[in-house]
Amino acid sequence: MDYFLELFFGGLTRGSIYALIALGYTMVYGIIELINFAHGEIYMIASFTALIVSSLLALQGMTGPAVLLLTAAAAIIFAAAHGFTVEKVAYKPLRQAPRLSPLISAIGMSIFLQNYVMLAQTSDFLPFPNLLPDLPFVAEYLPFLGATEFFIIVTTALVMVGLTLLIKFTRMGKAMRATAQDRNMAMLVGVDINRTISNTFIIGSALAAVGGVLIASHIGRINFYIGFIAGIKAFTAAVLGGIGSIPGAVLGALVLGWTESFATGYVSSDYEDVFAFVLLVLILIVRPSGLLGRPAVQKV
Amino acid sequence: MRKGMLGFFVACVTALTLVLGGTALAADTIKLGVAGAHSGDLASYGLPTKRAAELVAKEFNAKGGVLGKKVEVLAEDDVCKPEVATNTAMKLISRGAHVVLGHICSGATKTALEIYNKEKIVVMSSSATNPELTQSGRYPLFFRTIASDDAQAKLDAEFAMNVLKVKKIAVLHDKGDYGKGLAEYAKKFIEESKKAQVVLYEGITPGAVDYSAVVQKIKQSGAEAVIYGGYHPEASSIVMQMRKKNMKTYFISDDGVKDDTFIKVAGRYAEGVYASGPKDTSKNPLAIAAIAAHKQEYKSDPGAFFLNGYAAAQALLNAIQKAKSTKGEAVAKALRTHAVDTPLGKIKFDKRGDAIGVGFSMYQVKNGVYVEVPTTAGAAKKR
Amino acid sequence: MGPIRRLGHSLVISLWFMFLTFPIMVPKVDTIEKTVQWRWDNLLYVGAGSFFLSLLWRFLLERKERGPFRAAEQEKKPVAPTWADRLRGNPRALRSVVVILALAVCIFPFLPFVTTYQVNILTNAILYIMLGLGLNIVVGLAGLLHLGYVAFYAVGAYTYALLYYHFGVGFWTALPLGALLATLFGVLLGFPILRLRGDYLAIVTLGFGEITRLVLENWGEFTFGPSGIAGIPRPGLFGMEMNLHEVTIYIYFLMVGLCLATIFVVRRLQDSRIGRAWVALREDEIACEAMGVDTRMAKLTAFALGSTWAGLAGVVFAAKTTFVNPASFTFLESAMILSIVVLGGMGSIAGVALGALILILTPEYLRAFSEYRMLAFGVIMVLMMVFRPQGIVTGVRRVYTYTRKGQDGKET
Repeated sequence: MDYFLELFFGGLTRGSIYALIALGYTMVYGIIELINFAHGEIYMIASFTALIVSSLLALQGMTGPAVLLLTAAAAIIFAAAHGFTVEKVAYKPLRQAPRLSPLISAIGMSIFLQNYVMLAQTSDFLPFPNLLPDLPFVAEYLPFLGATEFFIIVTTALVMVGLTLLIKFTRMGKAMRATAQDRNMAMLVGVDINRTISNTFIIGSALAAVGGVLIASHIGRINFYIGFIAGIKAFTAAVLGGIGSIPGAVLGALVLGWTESFATGYVSSDYEDVFAFVLLVLILIVRPSGLLGRPAVQKV
Repeated sequence: MRKGMLGFFVACVTALTLVLGGTALAADTIKLGVAGAHSGDLASYGLPTKRAAELVAKEFNAKGGVLGKKVEVLAEDDVCKPEVATNTAMKLISRGAHVVLGHICSGATKTALEIYNKEKIVVMSSSATNPELTQSGRYPLFFRTIASDDAQAKLDAEFAMNVLKVKKIAVLHDKGDYGKGLAEYAKKFIEESKKAQVVLYEGITPGAVDYSAVVQKIKQSGAEAVIYGGYHPEASSIVMQMRKKNMKTYFISDDGVKDDTFIKVAGRYAEGVYASGPKDTSKNPLAIAAIAAHKQEYKSDPGAFFLNGYAAAQALLNAIQKAKSTKGEAVAKALRTHAVDTPLGKIKFDKRGDAIGVGFSMYQVKNGVYVEVPTTAGAAKKR
Repeated sequence: MGPIRRLGHSLVISLWFMFLTFPIMVPKVDTIEKTVQWRWDNLLYVGAGSFFLSLLWRFLLERKERGPFRAAEQEKKPVAPTWADRLRGNPRALRSVVVILALAVCIFPFLPFVTTYQVNILTNAILYIMLGLGLNIVVGLAGLLHLGYVAFYAVGAYTYALLYYHFGVGFWTALPLGALLATLFGVLLGFPILRLRGDYLAIVTLGFGEITRLVLENWGEFTFGPSGIAGIPRPGLFGMEMNLHEVTIYIYFLMVGLCLATIFVVRRLQDSRIGRAWVALREDEIACEAMGVDTRMAKLTAFALGSTWAGLAGVVFAAKTTFVNPASFTFLESAMILSIVVLGGMGSIAGVALGALILILTPEYLRAFSEYRMLAFGVIMVLMMVFRPQGIVTGVRRVYTYTRKGQDGKET
């Protein structure tokens, strides 16, 4: 039973990590139907920003939660700025283009950002300090969970609730939903499309930044290549849950995390990713638009 | 504009073709080709060898070159991918390389050797450790300044069984060419010796965000020691998660982990980790001089396989000097008959192409540095 | 916009980029030595660079907006002829271009300044033309987004490698077998995904690609795992002994031949009944079904026939590199082939060929930039898409016009 619980919480942590990145994917997809391959790189840039800012603060002799807050703030601001800029440069000129063109532009952007960080910083792995506070009560009540893992799970839950509220109840959220449903119609009723799309990129990138700080603290090392693998996994999670659906992305990420964790624990980690993808294929065969995705209505 | 763009592209390609084609007819020099990963995610393994070659070339040129000619380094990137390595090898041949130092990864080396073999060019790698490269006898003109995986796996396995005296061992690898090869040999040695039992044999997924499930599995299997074949990024994650879970399991790994970056990344969790690596030659005056030269030229500490690369470059140039020729067979013969002083000690090469006297030692992280530990029974201290 | 406002705008953009790139470009922290290196000069370069580039960027974008495509879109006029269209409309010019190209291809390896390396990278590019044409059937013609194409490429490569290793089967026997196996694989994988649409299809194909690679990596007893299979022989020619240069040229001509065969077959397919069905499927699935096209069959054949070419290319790849291991068949490879198709122009053979030449030769010619190679490559990909979103060569869409005399006039 202990073994099961440990695997369960391991999968939960892993799933939460995927969820934070998957949310950005799913939001962007929902609004402009683009698989944003550069999203993983935004997460990577956020991790680098966090590392640089936290090291600078540490050199100033700063310690404690203040470092975490300032670092997270910097990572969020710069990640959001990058998301905003990437959209303006690589996707906005392609609004009217054939559907696959922005995808290729996104792949190019992803290659560019990876190499930009590699050249400006380093190709080596860099140690990342654990910025998260050590919570003693976690060890007491939840022996299977480390403080970091606890922090990741709780943050993901909070972020998801916050995001749902934002989308359901604010003006910006309404504009986003309207744009996602029908861009031309939204434009007609006075929604500023460009602004709404920019907002989506900014929020999605900010979430990736939260993910970046948490994950880097959890793994303890970063390099310029981390965005790629995390991006693919998050994308898988987003589709699994039904791309475009926010609770779907979280559910998909958790299912993916658990599958990988249990597959490793009870079968073999040799085939960990194979299990993940086989599950994906099976789910999509049974439910062709993902777990929580609404079946697309075919307009005739 | 469209017409212009295409025209511009065609012009660029033509111009570059002419330029690149022209370089093959450059001045009369001894051309030392250096191939390996100089960009991409494995660049940190390839760049030190390239720098070593440049330093050695500078040193030889300062002394008047080889056979009265200047040494020229031709560096080409192969990103450690077999299909790119073919292009790299042909590019080096087209540019007129006389001998080649490289490649870095075993897969790329194998592919490239098929091409160098046809042209009878001597190749020496500083880091390709796949046993087949020398043991198969397929590549008579291949040499290396690093010992092969099976030697290292044997050391790791025997160290665990004889020195640490563990009975249950978990063998893990990163599913890569290098890591899995090493793990397979380690598993074979343990099973053949019958002194210990392999309780877990698994490949982990490189680059994953979290290894807690594998760590749980190690814990569940009751292993007293982990032998890990692979590189340091994953090793540091596994070690950190093991130690955070208060697991005191020994962690033994290979020269992909015997890298200072591992200690930097894993920090205090790295303490007590064992890793095998090339024999410690840091007391060798030539090694000290080589490292000092690197520091002066590049303002940083040399990286992985730097000394192996340095020794390989020296051995190659020295062999050309001794053979008084750049012909493949003559150089190969000189490499086998004339010993040369290098940062790795005085080395020459055996029939198969392995350097004689280059072997592995076991190291342990103590107070943030790798310290050599004895590999004979009874000498180990409990952590 | 007046010139002053233009400059002001660029100034704002340059300030924004200076802010944006600040944490990555300026400080470099050494966490071990606890030192920071401030590279203020980089900030200057970024500022100046982005200032001028933004001016150029806006200038080019405005040109593009004013360009023939946009104007035509707004006024519903036929698109002004581009150089490709003009060439198409003029059979004599087209013929002479084809003849010149054919001659150039034939004499290229024998030109005095062309080295083995040059021939080899061109062969590589031609291999990718073949892959691109194969994927073009699935993506460009049938409109199914396929992100796991590399799986079939791997099937071809491993077919030859394993058959040679176990049974000593030669290249020429393996070539049709590899194609056949890849086709079968395509049909097998095609079945479960018939129901899926759009991006769900994309992710499932991506999944198949990854599963194939992982199985190749882990099933050590069968595939020799990550260490791969070495020493696969190059194709022979009646048992002749050839040196490296000769064998490279031989493979080059072999590849040219295979590529021509591919072009021939793909052209024929395009004009066939099934080809028309694919295009109908791409344009509107429901309308296509309503017109009586068996969409399941059309999807399956697209998958199967697309995979065939990947299988063929895979066999050649194994023979050319003489070594296969799973590392050559990653997702990035699929993305690259897809980029060839989209960048060149979906559905157009000349486009795919140009796309392959650009995307495969550029990284090789960018070797002069050494470590900035891939950076430049990424930039080129983005720029090509931004300024030429429909690809270099736009696919021909046949338009049939009704004329009074009751004749069907064909217009391009």
